[in-house]
Amino acid sequence: MKIVVTVKQVPDPNGAQALEPDNTIARDREVVLDPGDEYGIEEGLQLKEKHGGEVVLVSMGPEKARDAIRKGLSMGADRGILITDEQLAGADALLTARALAAAIKAEKPELVICATESYDGSTGMVPPMLAELLGVPQLTFAKQVEVDGQQVTVHRQTEEGYQVVEGSAPCLVTVTAGIAEPRYASLKGIMAARSKEVKVLKLGDLGIDRGQPAETVESIADADAREAGEIVEDDGSVGVDRIMAVLQSAKVL
Amino acid sequence: MANIWVYSEVNEGRPRSIALELLSKARDLGTVDAVALGPGAREAAAELGAHGASRVLVNEDPAFAEYLAEPATDCLAALAGKGAPDLILFGFTSDSREVAGRLAARLGVGLISNAMDVVAADGSFRVTVPYFGGAKVATYRSNTSPAIVLVRPKSFEASEIGGQAEVVEIDAAIGEGSRRARIVERREEAAEQVKLEDARVVVSGGRGLGGPENFHLVEELAAALGGAAGASRAIVDAGWVPYAMQVGQTGKTVRPGVYIAAGISGAMQHTVGMKSAKVIVAINKDAEAPILKMADLGVVGDALKILPRLTDAVKARKGQ
Repeated sequence: MKIVVTVKQVPDPNGAQALEPDNTIARDREVVLDPGDEYGIEEGLQLKEKHGGEVVLVSMGPEKARDAIRKGLSMGADRGILITDEQLAGADALLTARALAAAIKAEKPELVICATESYDGSTGMVPPMLAELLGVPQLTFAKQVEVDGQQVTVHRQTEEGYQVVEGSAPCLVTVTAGIAEPRYASLKGIMAARSKEVKVLKLGDLGIDRGQPAETVESIADADAREAGEIVEDDGSVGVDRIMAVLQSAKVL
Repeated sequence: MANIWVYSEVNEGRPRSIALELLSKARDLGTVDAVALGPGAREAAAELGAHGASRVLVNEDPAFAEYLAEPATDCLAALAGKGAPDLILFGFTSDSREVAGRLAARLGVGLISNAMDVVAADGSFRVTVPYFGGAKVATYRSNTSPAIVLVRPKSFEASEIGGQAEVVEIDAAIGEGSRRARIVERREEAAEQVKLEDARVVVSGGRGLGGPENFHLVEELAAALGGAAGASRAIVDAGWVPYAMQVGQTGKTVRPGVYIAAGISGAMQHTVGMKSAKVIVAINKDAEAPILKMADLGVVGDALKILPRLTDAVKARKGQ
């Protein structure tokens, strides 16, 4: 089974983040493979181990995003595709989905795996857009994926529990963090990744143009911040006493 | 007057509460139609009308409830071709966002996700969205018609104005090949306790609890206060507690009377989901934790020691 996993490079969620004076996110910071994508890569690798085939990583981003692909290759993915073009800087979700769809279509995968949402954007819009542009069904919020011939079955996480959702390949699956424990890259894997292919595609290679932005950023301002209130050092009783007083005055006791 | 649609999910004959919140806002922006699809849509119409929908466009085809995203996308796309709405509002829920994403891609129009507010701006709309984890607010202006906006639950207060909607039967317009991602079974996991979104008191735990074996301390305090337990993304990702408990940008937004954060550092991912609580109490060992800078009461101390004593004190006060 041919599996495409979409991956993204994001500012390190565990690192300090900063904004430039013009309110764009500072790019000189530590960047990593989106932790959410590691689950998708792991699931792709496990499916390949069970059913055979190939795992191809597809990413869009600056040239530096090659490092994120490289990390996935060292976990065991077979090859990578990096869509990188200056014209794509600041792309919105729809343009991102169009670029990814163009690159993925050429691969004719049976399964496309995405994270539910990225760590930095957190809007979760690219996967449903991508499914639509690829013309395939979407099986989403999966905490378990099973493949039996052409049939794909997922356990879809919901507020109340989960749903069992069935579809058939080709399809797009979004996975949650609960799906699998991502493996560490072995030394052997890291060495092997160096010689694996990473194909670079420009906007022109994909046959799409940038188009007009669907929305314009008018302003970025500080959010209303809450001011710090009282801070107490707990000495064994003062913490509980003060909290009880606050609960009392909020009338929740 | 702008022509606005509100997409309403239907559950057992009732609209999801986010739809009522959206109608309460949308009725100030223009003429509002609600779109309700699937079994129970007709029954939901009265409540949608009472919250400001002048018409409710319904179709009760069971496929809308049985298959993910695609049937609803087909119906809305066909409808948009005829009705030319200026704005389509969806709630930022797992089902709606998938429909909205597919619809935007099919219509080739913009989609602004995770919105906190929408206002009219000379023929188009201005939408505010939390940015940089909620420390900043970005204001976008939509350039497409329709504009599609996904709004975070609890951004607006639902209020009735006592209207009555005209119920209009619409064509399901489900494409031949759109019955593909089929829900074959629904399983409920957690026993229904106080709902996180509706709780007057929320007690949430984070990594500072040390391990999943200590999370019961959070649950016991929440139970003693008659509230609900929540969690930071860090411990949900680590598998300590289910996703349904997650508070934050990618989880739930809560606005309780009191929010108690135990062992949560206060990453912006989390605070965007709870900063509208009336009173915030934070317990953290680290005096530098950002959560202490936004709390009404910050206690620098060990949550593992403070939580059980606090639970005892609450029980004693309530005579439990």
